[in-house]
Amino acid sequence: MADTIPLKGQAAHGASRLAPGPQGRKPRPMFSSRNIMIYGALIFAAAYYLLPLYVMIVTSLKGMPEIRLGNIFSPPVEITFEPWVKAWATACTGLNCDGLSRGFWNSVRITIPSTIMSIAIASINGYALANWRFKGADLFFTILIVGAFIPYQVMIYPIVIVLREMGLYGSLTGLIIVHTIFGMPILTLLFRNYFSSLPEELFKAARIDGAGFWTIYFKIMLPMSLPIFVVAMILQITGIWNDFLFGVVFTRPEYYPMTVQLNNIVNSVQGVKEYNVNMAATILTGAVPLIVYFVSGRLFVRGIAAGAVKG
Amino acid sequence: MTGQAHAGRPNQLLRNLHSKIASIPMILTAVVIFLGGTLWTVFYSFTNSKLLPRMSFVGLDQYERLWAAPRWLMSIQNLAIYGFFSLIFSLVIGFVLAALMDQKIRFENTFRTIFLYPFALSFIVTGLVWQWVLNPEFGVQSVVRSLGWSSFTFDPLYNQSIVIYGILIAALWQGTGLVMCLMLAGLRGIDEDIWKASRVDGIPMWKTYLFIIIPMMRAVFITTLVIIASGIVRVYDLVVAQTSGGPGIASEVPAKYVYDYMFLAQNLGQGFAASTMMLITVAIIIVPWAYLEFGGRKRG
Repeated sequence: MADTIPLKGQAAHGASRLAPGPQGRKPRPMFSSRNIMIYGALIFAAAYYLLPLYVMIVTSLKGMPEIRLGNIFSPPVEITFEPWVKAWATACTGLNCDGLSRGFWNSVRITIPSTIMSIAIASINGYALANWRFKGADLFFTILIVGAFIPYQVMIYPIVIVLREMGLYGSLTGLIIVHTIFGMPILTLLFRNYFSSLPEELFKAARIDGAGFWTIYFKIMLPMSLPIFVVAMILQITGIWNDFLFGVVFTRPEYYPMTVQLNNIVNSVQGVKEYNVNMAATILTGAVPLIVYFVSGRLFVRGIAAGAVKG
Repeated sequence: MTGQAHAGRPNQLLRNLHSKIASIPMILTAVVIFLGGTLWTVFYSFTNSKLLPRMSFVGLDQYERLWAAPRWLMSIQNLAIYGFFSLIFSLVIGFVLAALMDQKIRFENTFRTIFLYPFALSFIVTGLVWQWVLNPEFGVQSVVRSLGWSSFTFDPLYNQSIVIYGILIAALWQGTGLVMCLMLAGLRGIDEDIWKASRVDGIPMWKTYLFIIIPMMRAVFITTLVIIASGIVRVYDLVVAQTSGGPGIASEVPAKYVYDYMFLAQNLGQGFAASTMMLITVAIIIVPWAYLEFGGRKRG
């Protein structure tokens, strides 16, 4: 029911716009005091949200002497890409001095299989829950959704033990399994709701034609639901790339994802702090989810709304 | 109707077999990891496991030790302050921004993109950026001082008594965009006729928002509240990146306490007891909500 309300609102809105006659508000002048207040407040807020990004970028383009002398908001006098090169290729964590590139490739090797695996499993789960409900399915689903609220800290150690028994603790495979597990509640919900919203007649027609569980999934459901797969991909790529806790708990240092390595570089106690290198490294780590965000636009909003508003 | 139908009534277990096979990962996750793992942790929180979990029960000793530890008390106090202000400010800022965005403004997409982009960034990135912006030597404090106000002090990350507010600033920057989006979706769901009616009655806009719209958006508010609250209990990466719990223990949080005791201090029992306390905190938030949500659905 909650889903239909926005539609109704939009329809009403659209109708009032189309209706003839002197309905609706009087047209307002562009620079009314009301508009100035609204846009003023919005622009002020936007400046606050953009400020850290701006500071990050200008800091990463300055040399250290300039940072020590100037203030963090001033644009760089002399633009240098040295910090970016250093952050990527030679910044040190502990004894390793091969920069963030190592973490970047680790994150790539973690994110891609985790995203594929979690989406594959969750979409099939969601499909089973939507179209092939069996006795007890709802109980397991409820446990899964409730489990999404349990703090990760409660379940971490049992998982460590299970992975250790399987010989996967510390490996990339182990971490990929963990991401698949913790991505499951939200993705299953997403896919279940989507598949339930597809017309049931389609499913029934396929059944009458003799199609089974997998045929219907691959021939009918999958081709029809590309948008929701994209939403799930956005959700997973940003979520897994940004993860820190699982990376630090379930992998060995040589497999640390980018976020963990970034934190180790910036918060290392030894050596002189190179703020420009730190900021370049921070931007590099944030770049992947940011690019996903800017490219995907409205789908990202849809993804988080689906992720946030349960049911 | 199904393929099995012609074989009479087959074994209950074999009905819908493919669906059951396909659900095995979900069932395993739900039962073994979520349910089993949680019970396991709660169970072992009553033991004095150190480096490895072992079955020597000590009753509530771990919990007594936990609630006597200054660091845990500090963590809880921080979580309470952070949680309280985080809830209030996220809801207020998120709602005000959404209300502003709902005034049929131009460039709505641009504004939304700007407000929401921090949400795409990780807590680590957020924490490190704000660590830099709030750096007293180079950041906001030094900029204001260089403008001539030489006694200006704003160094939340280096001042024990206000460090948690420094973390709050970063958290709000990262998370309010999401709240704004949820609220905006809620506002768009309000029927246009409500606005027309209130305009006809000459009710000022702020009163319409306060006494008509907000009560109508109760469901959205509750959902948002649950999302923010369960995020608050989990706060971990942000603190690690921004302050590493410092100065001293001034910005410790429960999730960090759990991690440190499990994986650094090798005192598993303490870690389990602390994580069980986190579980109880979440249960206090979730159970009433689930009751309202699902109890209500049954009645309706």
